[in-house]
Amino acid sequence: MADALVIGAGPAGLAAAYRAAQAGLRVTVVDDNPAAGGQIWRGELQKPSSREAQGWFEKIRSVDIKLINGARVFQQTAPGTLLAETPEGVCELSYRNLVLATGACERFLPFPGWTLPNVMGAGGLQALVKTGLPIEGKRVVVAGSGPLLLAVAAYLRGRGAEVLLIAEQASQLRLAKFGFGLVGKMSQAFSLKRQLRGVRYLSGCWVTAAHGTDKLEGVTLFRSGKRWQVSCDYLACGFHLVPNVELAELLSCVVENGCVQVDQYQQTSVENVYSAGEATGIGGLELSLVEGEIAGLAAAGKHDDARSLFPVREQQRKFAKLLNNTFALRDELRQLPEPETIVCRCEDVTFGRLREHSSWRAAKLQTRCGMGPCQGRVCGGAVEFLFGWRAESVRPPILPVRVESLIRSAE
Amino acid sequence: MPETVTVVVNGISVTMPAGSMVSAAILKTGITAFRRSATGEPRGPLCGMGRCFECRVTIDGEAHCRSCQTVCRDGMDVRTDG
Repeated sequence: MADALVIGAGPAGLAAAYRAAQAGLRVTVVDDNPAAGGQIWRGELQKPSSREAQGWFEKIRSVDIKLINGARVFQQTAPGTLLAETPEGVCELSYRNLVLATGACERFLPFPGWTLPNVMGAGGLQALVKTGLPIEGKRVVVAGSGPLLLAVAAYLRGRGAEVLLIAEQASQLRLAKFGFGLVGKMSQAFSLKRQLRGVRYLSGCWVTAAHGTDKLEGVTLFRSGKRWQVSCDYLACGFHLVPNVELAELLSCVVENGCVQVDQYQQTSVENVYSAGEATGIGGLELSLVEGEIAGLAAAGKHDDARSLFPVREQQRKFAKLLNNTFALRDELRQLPEPETIVCRCEDVTFGRLREHSSWRAAKLQTRCGMGPCQGRVCGGAVEFLFGWRAESVRPPILPVRVESLIRSAE
Repeated sequence: MPETVTVVVNGISVTMPAGSMVSAAILKTGITAFRRSATGEPRGPLCGMGRCFECRVTIDGEAHCRSCQTVCRDGMDVRTDG
């Protein structure tokens, strides 16, 4: 039994694990990926890209933590016990305190051609390149919304990609306001600016269609009433981020507006279940770290120490609010899908078919939207934006698992 | 630890840096269709982090493996369904 079980080995999870272990708790961290670091520090355990990442990896190594990689939690068998599937079989995880640091994924919006191979998420393409995809000399259009686009473009360029342009849907006006409030982030922004010298950054611009037969060949872009085509090898396209909340929902934690609700100590509506990082609302690296620290300290009963971090969290929350206002999605993006554009990629359900329904439940029953292997993880963010529908409930298993795992969970 | 690993994708050998994911190895061979969708469209990786299930392929005989979450091992037999 772990004193503290942490789900997710990204910045929030690692910070929670470190603080809890430092306070003397027996800590287990479970992560779906083959190595710790989450998405932002993916593949950086051996070779950190920043002093901050290096610092946190050193901290983690300095304490006694059990790290289980390649394990995906899919079910709760009883309060305090979760099941995870690993390549070796099912493992049972029991805990006194739980920290949900499940992160976020990109929001994908449908437009004609978005299902073509080589149309990927912005973070999606970056993850592939980080894990071995050669990108040198490839022509890439980076599009969508959010600060991730800049980081991805800079990373891809550093690996030899020809980044043709960055299309940010947010308007120049909103971005200018954001820049104004960016004081604490200036150094980061400047270093990106240097890495992106010569790359066009087009605000108020978005992809209206991707073209190709068996794979992507080019995209149509739209800006200020003008449309034009660009040939490219990859489109890296994501519209900011959506919190991963399905595990929190499975455990009956209150989720509002797509974010896990927490108190000042990062505790959810369920006692001894904490949540930190992007799962509680999109706020970036620094907010994730401080929330993780607070959750880890609170789980260890160190409430005074946790309180000392509240001012830092408050400051980061202000930044997060500004960030989310700046990159709010414009209404025009709702007009992108054609009736025949696929929205649910697992079941190939089109926009035209979904439009006939008044709720996700009705659409699910009639079309199977969101009922394929991804269980709405991709189309959920899209239908929320397009129709205002939100998933009503989650059911175990929260991920497709092997039959053996299902049998084990029923025992 | 050796610096490279070699996997076999649809009968084609491809050598990758150690620690690479199967999804990257597949794309390196020039294959972009990892699977066919319910209506027969070619599909490839989207999210790169194990959530979209678009990158699933058969690995060493096991169907529906997410190639973006599977690290390449020497001699691994990978089959796409595209």
